[in-house]
Amino acid sequence: MKTTEIVIFTILFLVVSGLGFVAARWRRPDDLASLNEWGLGGRSFGSWITWFLIGGDLYTAYTFVAVPALIFGAGAMGFYAVPYTVVVYPMVMLVLVRLWSVSHVHNLVTPADFVRVRFGSPTLALLVAITGIVATMPYIALQLIGIEAVLKTMGLTGDLPLIIAFAILAAYTYQSGLRAPALIAFVKDSLIYLVILVAIIYIPAKLGGMGSVFDAAKAKFDAAGSGGITLNANNQLQYVTLAFGSALALFLYPHSVTGILASRNRNVIKRNMSALPAYSLLLGLIALLGYMAIAAGITPIGKDNNTIVPRLFDAMFPDWFAGVAFAAVGIGALVPAAIMSIAAANLFSRNIYKEYVNRNATPAQEATVSKVASLVVKVGAVLCILLIDPQFSIDLQLIGGVIILQTLPSVGLGLYTRWFHRGGLIAGWAAGMAAGMLLLYNIANPATNHAHFGGSAFPLSQFGFDTKITVYAGFLALIVNLVVAVLGTVVARALKSADGPDGTRPGDYFADQGDPRVHELETTAPTA
Amino acid sequence: MTTPRDDRGRSPDYSPLNWLLLLPIVIPLLPPLFNAVEPRLFGIPLFYWLQLAFIILGVTTTTLVYRATRRNR
Repeated sequence: MKTTEIVIFTILFLVVSGLGFVAARWRRPDDLASLNEWGLGGRSFGSWITWFLIGGDLYTAYTFVAVPALIFGAGAMGFYAVPYTVVVYPMVMLVLVRLWSVSHVHNLVTPADFVRVRFGSPTLALLVAITGIVATMPYIALQLIGIEAVLKTMGLTGDLPLIIAFAILAAYTYQSGLRAPALIAFVKDSLIYLVILVAIIYIPAKLGGMGSVFDAAKAKFDAAGSGGITLNANNQLQYVTLAFGSALALFLYPHSVTGILASRNRNVIKRNMSALPAYSLLLGLIALLGYMAIAAGITPIGKDNNTIVPRLFDAMFPDWFAGVAFAAVGIGALVPAAIMSIAAANLFSRNIYKEYVNRNATPAQEATVSKVASLVVKVGAVLCILLIDPQFSIDLQLIGGVIILQTLPSVGLGLYTRWFHRGGLIAGWAAGMAAGMLLLYNIANPATNHAHFGGSAFPLSQFGFDTKITVYAGFLALIVNLVVAVLGTVVARALKSADGPDGTRPGDYFADQGDPRVHELETTAPTA
Repeated sequence: MTTPRDDRGRSPDYSPLNWLLLLPIVIPLLPPLFNAVEPRLFGIPLFYWLQLAFIILGVTTTTLVYRATRRNR
């Protein structure tokens, strides 16, 4: 037990929890009983709040723990997180403003809502909603792994601390909705920036400079005969397709969309696309902690590489500052976990409950269903970690990235074109999912004792090519999806199969705040 | 204040500067540019410092596009 660290961690954790409850009164809504208020924070966040919120949402505690762990274990490959988070913003900048506009004109809350209006197909919307929920659930569970790694390092074992932390989180998310993570994100991100800036200056100085840090890492990989501080001929394509595929997937995740739709207007989104890369710089620096851990001779607890960053902080920092660093990671888990559970809950209430259970649900009923669903989602995540091997959540999250990509043709391309037929999109989704599962099933990883689902790098030799080159499985699955969606659309048109009505007009994709078509805080049902 | 006309001609979101966004999408995905140890910068191999430098490229281009296309209200 490390008393100083635990005391500092607990104090900061409690302060932040208090903020979570107070958040219900922040920016005073008249009434929290609608999804626009509970689920989207009043749809009124400006540039600063949006920056903290989306930054805290996308760059999760798990990322901060897992990326250095990957670098620690495999080297350069783990750095894919940097090009991934560089290419994503220019790529989605013009797409997201269209999503914002059409969502505000039609009062849409989830990506599946958009598909429902655009393609007039409840089935396709249901598929998109289920994909979103399934992809998000293990992601929430992973945030617990971030907290767990910190608790383990402080010597707190057993399940109780983890359960208490998540119970507090569940309670204030239930009460305050999206306002809670938005307010907490200020504290979380400030702490993370502080800790990393100190770490990146203080730790290399103690280890003899960055040059010797990299030399130590190179020596380790050379001795191990695997990994390396640069890419080799076989994993370059994997590096590029993984970065690109992950970038395509990022804003398809429902929790990313939640952050975007909560912003006040189109300018806020565009401005954030040039401000959010500050977090990418942070992530790049954090990634290098993996090499510092090698140079400092840090060993993980058991075989859990996710503990190397907490172990590094523990070994390098004085106790009180290690406590601050642990709090940063612990609190860092709360923000994304809250937003993800809100996003998953909104998918349930809008695209399953309202569509299939209670067609005439009032906004208040929708909000109530979402609040309860957010609790269920969190309980599920805790059970996942406690009852099943945490490795299972990591595997599921890997699968989650591949399956969320399969919503790209309906959600992403759908924002630009109505060319696709709903039948084609459904067929493409099914083919992409099947292909993705098949590819992932055939990836073995002896290092983690996996005969199947051992990673995302699919060896092309499995197709019979004489090569050691690997490619990101999600990328291949997406290609299958697109080909089938195109063929399916052509066939459906040739057969004169009925297509769903498009509830949107071209102008809806350009509307901005102040436009009469943009509902400010009206909560009527979407016009579909 | 008003939304530009959109029922004919070019998309109101169109700007020639939008093409700039291709640079930070394509360049960071070309490993031959950065997959090397030398030259180092402050002891950091090229692979790492150059990819971190691409963040600046991303910020510059998105900022230019934002400034050129923002709507005044």
